[in-house]
Amino acid sequence: MNAVFKRPDALTDRETHFCPGCTHGTAHRIIAEVIDEMGIVDDIIGIPGVGCCVFLYHYFPIDVLEAPHGRAPACATGMKRAQPDKIVFVYQGDGDLAAIGTSEVIHAANRGENISIFFINNSVYGMTGGQMAPTTLLGQQTTTTPYGREFRTEGYPIKMAEMLATLEGVAYSARVSLHSPKHVNQAKRAVRKAFEMQVNQMGFSMVEMLSTCNTNWRVSPREALKVVENEMIPYFPLGVFKERTGKDFL
Amino acid sequence: MSERKLTKGNIALAEGALQAGCRYYFGYPITPQNDIPEYLSRELPKRSGVFIPAESEIASINMVMGAAASGKRAMTSSSGPGISLMQEALSYMAGSDIPCVVVNIMRSGPGLGGIAPTQGDYMQAVHGGGHGDYRNIVLAPASVQEMFDLTIRAFELADKYRNPAMVIADAMMGQIQEPCRLSPERPVVVPEKPWALTGRRGRKPQLLKSLYLGPGEQEEHNLLMKRKYDTIQQNEVMFETKDLDDAEIMIIAFGTPARIAKTAIGEARKQGIRAGLLRPITLFPFPGDEVARFSGKIKNILVVEMNTGQMLMDVKIAAHRDAAVSFLGRPGGGIPYPDEIVREIKKALKGVTAA
Repeated sequence: MNAVFKRPDALTDRETHFCPGCTHGTAHRIIAEVIDEMGIVDDIIGIPGVGCCVFLYHYFPIDVLEAPHGRAPACATGMKRAQPDKIVFVYQGDGDLAAIGTSEVIHAANRGENISIFFINNSVYGMTGGQMAPTTLLGQQTTTTPYGREFRTEGYPIKMAEMLATLEGVAYSARVSLHSPKHVNQAKRAVRKAFEMQVNQMGFSMVEMLSTCNTNWRVSPREALKVVENEMIPYFPLGVFKERTGKDFL
Repeated sequence: MSERKLTKGNIALAEGALQAGCRYYFGYPITPQNDIPEYLSRELPKRSGVFIPAESEIASINMVMGAAASGKRAMTSSSGPGISLMQEALSYMAGSDIPCVVVNIMRSGPGLGGIAPTQGDYMQAVHGGGHGDYRNIVLAPASVQEMFDLTIRAFELADKYRNPAMVIADAMMGQIQEPCRLSPERPVVVPEKPWALTGRRGRKPQLLKSLYLGPGEQEEHNLLMKRKYDTIQQNEVMFETKDLDDAEIMIIAFGTPARIAKTAIGEARKQGIRAGLLRPITLFPFPGDEVARFSGKIKNILVVEMNTGQMLMDVKIAAHRDAAVSFLGRPGGGIPYPDEIVREIKKALKGVTAA
């Protein structure tokens, strides 16, 4: 009998610590499937940020470096420069990448570091209990914006995929969503594209994934998918904001 | 005997790093250490090395972490304000058993301070800096030759114990020029690093981390680290002595003040005062046993530092209970003069000043 569906080899046989309904698991799975399909599992090194993503090493049976909060793109820079023949990817949440680590991600992108970053945007700090992140939507209630995010005092949700796409060093910048099977398939194609950019030495690649945090949003898993569709996507449009096609970019 | 060449301290240090096999340097400009990145930005590309002018000291040290986690000898250098920014990653690297070398060519502080020589970062390097229960290996050169030799030693110790090692030198050491042998005292050996993250090909996946959430896990990890620090304390203490055999007073100083103390000791001896010197070369591990042993015989100690009394505390902890400890400190860019030290020696012997 042929197996038609199985756990990717690049995922361990282990229950995750993610809350039921959270799409971190989906993101892990599509990254693992692409690692399998590209046959790169033996030559890949993962660097998670700090937050719900930190336990990457429990779920991917690969070499993993735990970076300080926000600094993963700098750690990945050092690692990739030291081992240009290896695949180095970073997995960060929105507090990690879009708040404390903005400097590191912008400059890694601007130098065109040949690394791939998967950026989980669920509009809150998940692990610490749902505080406001730079990606929190206007009006969204969090534990630190109990009256809703107000642009006059907290500013606007930050659009990282668009911002990074303005930098010359960036080979690929896209925003995808994980809220429906169709979107998960699109997301997987973006993950594959990001890794291919790295394999082909095209430069920096980043995939922003709109993700659910139903626990901290205080909604059911099913409602959370609707929040992504009806509230996040209108502000954070999906799409490819930059895609390099040639190697002659320098 | 190899040839000696007139060399600036910072250049000797950078050349030492190269000869130690360091091919990865990441840094951010700050005075008074800019000769180091400038030299390495010229020399590393010739050796297929990597030089990245990073966007901040935070980025620099995390790039070091990435390269070091790959099993490579990597370093960064900076001065006070930049070293402060690196403390986060130093703590992570200590917690994750990742070796690296960090150079601090000390400028005066606190805050932006000044660019004149100082030893104000002793506490930060030896006793603190980042969060958590960890130690840096800390080496303190007192000559251009030691800027070269101790940088190589720093890489060796960092790798041997899988721990961050710091070379701390005041701006005087960075800027001074002296004849220097620019070849290693013994052949440089880079050990195998089977723990490095190089992809799992042919082996099980590996992990470098400092997060321990399970019950008792963090304590166990801390106690393991403590055993490592005890081993370092036992095996790696380096110090120099001068004229201690018949001394009635022992000066304890590291770096530039130790050099000036040597002049002062000569002057004191001309005047019939038997002064001697104990110069710690490793600040962690601190030669506390030696301080205790010598101060059992030599009851007068004068600590001379270019700060308001930082190593002084370690001396006081280690000194024999009958020893009288005096202190001469010149902070904020002040440099002690030999005659000033001789004056303090005389005062100390009269029991006028007590630290």
